[in-house]
Amino acid sequence: MSGVEAIAAASALDLLALSPPGWGATLLAGLGNSVIIALGAYGLGFAIGLCGAFGKLYGGPITRDLLAVYTTIVRAVPELVLILILFYAFTGLLNQALLSWGMDRVQISPIITGIVVLGVVQGAYQTEVLRGGILAVPAGQIEAARAMGMPSVTLARRITIPLMTANALPGMANLWLNATKDTALLAVIGFSELTKATYQASATTKAFFVFYPAAMALYLLISLTSTFLIGRLEKWARRGQRDVRG
Amino acid sequence: MPNLEHSRATAPIAIKVSGLRKSFGSHEVLKGVSMTARQGDVVAIIGGSGSGKSTLLRCINFLETPSGGTIEVAGQPIAMKDDGTAKDKKQLEQARQSLGMVFQNFNLWTHMTVLENLIEVPVHVLKTPKAEAITRARALLARVGLAEKETAYPAFLSGGQQQRAAIARALCMNPKAMLFDEPTSALDPELVGEVLQVIKALADEGRTMILVTHEMRFAREVASHVIYLHNGVIEEEGPPEELFGAPKSDRLKQFLKTVG
Repeated sequence: MSGVEAIAAASALDLLALSPPGWGATLLAGLGNSVIIALGAYGLGFAIGLCGAFGKLYGGPITRDLLAVYTTIVRAVPELVLILILFYAFTGLLNQALLSWGMDRVQISPIITGIVVLGVVQGAYQTEVLRGGILAVPAGQIEAARAMGMPSVTLARRITIPLMTANALPGMANLWLNATKDTALLAVIGFSELTKATYQASATTKAFFVFYPAAMALYLLISLTSTFLIGRLEKWARRGQRDVRG
Repeated sequence: MPNLEHSRATAPIAIKVSGLRKSFGSHEVLKGVSMTARQGDVVAIIGGSGSGKSTLLRCINFLETPSGGTIEVAGQPIAMKDDGTAKDKKQLEQARQSLGMVFQNFNLWTHMTVLENLIEVPVHVLKTPKAEAITRARALLARVGLAEKETAYPAFLSGGQQQRAAIARALCMNPKAMLFDEPTSALDPELVGEVLQVIKALADEGRTMILVTHEMRFAREVASHVIYLHNGVIEEEGPPEELFGAPKSDRLKQFLKTVG
């Protein structure tokens, strides 16, 4: 290692140190925020998606129409635009309303905004993935439960959802990875998630080649951990099924 | 058998179907079918493909929505809305719990082991204590010859084993009557016997059952009453020895010739 490279390596480590003037803590805090938002958005999306999928399949005509409008619009509009709409337009409207009623303006916390916006987006995609998963459940197995007098909520909980899980998991895993990366979009509303933190660190120090690779490594860490856990989940969800690889 | 005929006339009614009609779109599959199964009856429904025999069976527990007519289970007419769906969900669920259904394609839940399949409804719907349900399930598995398979998943069983497990699953509910929808039609020929044997044993112990089947010899052997369905109407019915031995209608004669 030449002297120049050694100095560069040492300074890179200094820059990434956890305590100031190192930016490590900022990056990790950003990572933490990204993970929290991704988890929150994915969870909200799952709640919406599950209701949406069952609503689309078993709901009345009005429910089905409303859900069709929801999934169509949300999946048509770029997420960035939705984030801007919800954050600026929504807070603007809300505050106008509050002021006109003689109340103080409120600041919607970026973390809540992030979870709600990404959750609404996730919900639309998850509705479709889960709906596909339910459609792939053999009708006979649902019929057998019905024929034995199983109430519909028990049927969903004990039969449909467990059987759907194996079908939906690959698609749901994709959406989870999307959710972790979509958190980067929240940088535009000034929320200090990993991408924003990385940008701040490198803009201040000009050490772009230190911080962006570091951020990449952290995103990769999320992804690898997720893939490992999803693999185990999938194995469990496929219990009782023959291995198609033979 | 005079005794049998006597009991047919006096035993309480388990299932009564009156004037049942069912259309799929503009196609009328059942055109006013009435039948009665008293306790201890084994009613076999035979008929060609498209005669409506499976639809008739599936209307009894409302897996198909009747277009007209009434269904009574254990003396209770199932209340229907104008569109033929059950008015009272609870009542329908209770009626279904008293009818053990066995399907052509077994329909065991693939994410559960055989034992889990058997105790699912007793434990999670009927709220039977788990230990009690397991004891009962194991006894039934032994009866159908599957004691060794309780931890196996359905996908790893033969068709005959799956169907026997499905019969045991239906029996776990302690049903008042069993409904069999072509229980051997999806089986390899060499596996048919083991399933029929189980069904025969149930008939011999006096269980009420309605059986849709293509197995004419079996129908003749186990049934106390046979219904021949053609184009959505009962063309001929009666005791098996009459129906198979001395069919009256030309259609039935023709049918028996082609299948027999």
